[in-house]
Amino acid sequence: MPIPSPFHSRTSALCHSMLWKDWAGYYAVRYYADCHEPEYFAFRHSAGLLDVTPLFKYEVHGPDAPSFLARIMSRNVAKLKVGRVTYVCWCDDQGKVIDDGTVSRLEKHYYRVTSAEPSMHWFERFRRGYDIQIEDSTTRLGALSLQGPSSRAILEDASDADLGALEFFALTPCRFGHIDGWISRTGYTGDLGYEVWVRSEDAEAVYDAVMEAGRLHAILPAGLDALDVARVEAGFVMNGVDYFSAHHCLIEDRKSSPYELNLGWTVKLDRAPFVGQEALRRELESGSDRRFVGLVIDWDETERLFNSYGLPPELPLSAWRDGRPIYARDRQWIGMATSGAWSPTLKQNLALAQIRSEFAEPGTRLQIEVTAEYRRHTVTATVASLPFFDPPRKRA
Amino acid sequence: MSYDAAIIGGGHNGLVCAAYLAKAGKKVVVLERRHVLGGAAVTEELYPGFKFSVASYVVSLFRPGIIRDLDLPAHGLELLPLETAFTPLQDDMGLCRWVDPERSRREIARFSVRDSEIYPEFGLTMTKMARFAKGVIDSPAPDPASLKPSELLELWRFSDELRNADPESLYMHLKLFTMSSVDFLDQWFESDVLKAPMSVSGIIGTYLGVRSPGTAYVLLHHYMGEIDGAFRSWGYSKGGTGGLSLACASAAEALGAKIRTEAPVDHVLLENGRARGVVLENGDEIRTKTVVSSCDPNLTFLSLVGEENLDADFVTAIKRYKLRGSSGKVNLAVDRLPRFPGRDGSAHLRGDIAIAPGIDYLEHAYDEAKYGDFSSRPYINVVIPSVIDPSLAPPGKHVVSCFVQYAPYHIKEGAEHWPAKREAFGDAVVETLAEYCPGFEESILYRQVLTPWDLEQQFGLTEGNIFQGELSLEQLLFQRPTAGWARYRTPIRNLWMCGSGTHPGGGIMGACGQLAASALLGSGEL
Repeated sequence: MPIPSPFHSRTSALCHSMLWKDWAGYYAVRYYADCHEPEYFAFRHSAGLLDVTPLFKYEVHGPDAPSFLARIMSRNVAKLKVGRVTYVCWCDDQGKVIDDGTVSRLEKHYYRVTSAEPSMHWFERFRRGYDIQIEDSTTRLGALSLQGPSSRAILEDASDADLGALEFFALTPCRFGHIDGWISRTGYTGDLGYEVWVRSEDAEAVYDAVMEAGRLHAILPAGLDALDVARVEAGFVMNGVDYFSAHHCLIEDRKSSPYELNLGWTVKLDRAPFVGQEALRRELESGSDRRFVGLVIDWDETERLFNSYGLPPELPLSAWRDGRPIYARDRQWIGMATSGAWSPTLKQNLALAQIRSEFAEPGTRLQIEVTAEYRRHTVTATVASLPFFDPPRKRA
Repeated sequence: MSYDAAIIGGGHNGLVCAAYLAKAGKKVVVLERRHVLGGAAVTEELYPGFKFSVASYVVSLFRPGIIRDLDLPAHGLELLPLETAFTPLQDDMGLCRWVDPERSRREIARFSVRDSEIYPEFGLTMTKMARFAKGVIDSPAPDPASLKPSELLELWRFSDELRNADPESLYMHLKLFTMSSVDFLDQWFESDVLKAPMSVSGIIGTYLGVRSPGTAYVLLHHYMGEIDGAFRSWGYSKGGTGGLSLACASAAEALGAKIRTEAPVDHVLLENGRARGVVLENGDEIRTKTVVSSCDPNLTFLSLVGEENLDADFVTAIKRYKLRGSSGKVNLAVDRLPRFPGRDGSAHLRGDIAIAPGIDYLEHAYDEAKYGDFSSRPYINVVIPSVIDPSLAPPGKHVVSCFVQYAPYHIKEGAEHWPAKREAFGDAVVETLAEYCPGFEESILYRQVLTPWDLEQQFGLTEGNIFQGELSLEQLLFQRPTAGWARYRTPIRNLWMCGSGTHPGGGIMGACGQLAASALLGSGEL
């Protein structure tokens, strides 16, 4: 049975659809009104406000915080500048991904880590000998994500932060009226966007302030269904959907390395020892078995297939995550699409997939399973580089 | 009327065995001493309007294949999963583990954040390991000392599975076989209130403590249901555990078996060293091709067959078989639900409630038992099945079942002195519960106290052992009940065993009865 987040009084008052999901033990809105589409368009054209409190949050304090986190994370976060955020993953000894998230350096000896899953036990495993304190701040802090082109204007109204100066993947302390909080220039939509971090007891006041400021900028409260579409367009992997944490896999084949998840860019090998380093080095040398790619499912073929049954093409109404087999042209199974969505912006039918490396070159034509009129077929899907959608404002 | 087989004892294994034999077209008669069927899996209305699972109180790992083969749901079987595992504490709201993993995580995190996160990983590892254990339950145990081709084939099949296991699982198996449950859990967890209720699964029905080596592997049993197609291994049977027995009986009768109650068997009829039937206490002779005993090995061989008819070495082996019951049962009728401080409603009462506040508490309880006393503050496993199944008690009232350990059969005064200590034992249980649930004693309308002595008298369980013999490693697999006789056969030709004293052992699994029937049918003796 989920519990309410500190924003629940506000989100539940707005959630007319009564559609909720369990996100890491919290109630999370799927969409607020008739469907998720207006919320998706808010992410892309105005601003959508999403409660992201269920992300797990850890505060790491102490003189050894930089070296401690560098030991665990794929990146050398000891080199991260104060006021900057970075995206990382962390692996087990075999170089298989346990989780992905962000690391923010709030002060010289103070970091904040976010993760999709509870991670305290993993961090604690390595803390011996380090002069640090780790706090699970998941319930102590409320978090909001405000994503979309108007997000900057809204937060400039709602807070005292100088957002024009806040670069992509930077963060700053700020005040919402008399309330202290943090704003980071981050998000999971691949658009211009910010995340707001406040104490739980201030959550409602900050929510009200952001919504009030947003009224002039067409803000909409947004739920997870809209986020799911945006993150597929942005090509972001999701733990538990596109890959499984090495901690939860009954079989080895289910585990993935960062290289197999298109997260190789987060791995910095040549530095002091870190968890999984040797295995990752070996994999980099010998090459990875699989790659994480984008697929664009051929529209004309899809249309012809459905037309052959006298039907218009059936599109997924929201993002899907139930997995579809991918074949090479000789019908050989070469991997799986793990999630996908129709992109309302690109007008393309998109999928994220993990496939054998030799088929991962952009432009490679593969086959994806499509069910039409209760019968299984395949349709051409072309490998595309990620992200599918990458507007300049994302980094602006 | 002539029968192919007489089955001694109408417990759930006897009934399952009878049903399978009848299904194969054999003429079977089941002979039950008592007026009710079920053996230790029996429901009785001890107090007007209150129906108790008198002895065995939860169904664990009952083989889903038996439910399908015998079409038990058509005969009234309904299994209701236990939904929670609650460990109350005296000065805190305690720990409740729920079906919802996130809710459990939050509860465990009150005691240790680290433990709360490792808990599902522990479950995953155990599930991995339980895959092998499942194969062991579902087939007869191969004998490594035998050179018979069929045994070698079985061994090869088993070792093949082990070869396919990853080395980590193999090492883990070795740990589980040799460590104590506490030592094993210490490698994973730090909080006492989590480890204590988990560790007791290693000692249920044994005369060992949670720190005794060899108790760890029973932890696996709790995770076997997940891979079993049964999902959630522990459940209530609608109408009490007797409901399951009656479903088996109904299935057996529908397949043509004859079931007689109040038909106590005096001895097995032997002619020229072969079993030829049974003689009832009233002198009636029932002549059959074979006899199958669902009684424990001690009762079967030393009473129903008689030492004089067996080889001395075999008799010695049976006498060495450890029974030494260590638990008792207290059944209560109450006029309201117990209230545990800090917990409202009844959601936390829908599963089992373990009085196991810490490892030291459990070990102290064992200390007293080691020297021949019952534990003054025992481990108690409480269930209130009427919360889920209202047919068991009048509206608003409840039946409370308390499994209590330790109550050693061999108290220092001698087992026959148990009746004089019975009520003192019952008082200790109620006083202990009241320490966690203030005012509990005032809700009690009726109390039944069963000491191991009583279990022996009422249910024919020698020394009051609930599993017809300890589930310790040296008495399992190809050594249950004794080396060389783990395939349901006995040294007496045409006499077979099908009770919990055979592989794979105790608990309401039905596997012993099923495997015995299949061994007997395969033997060509019928």
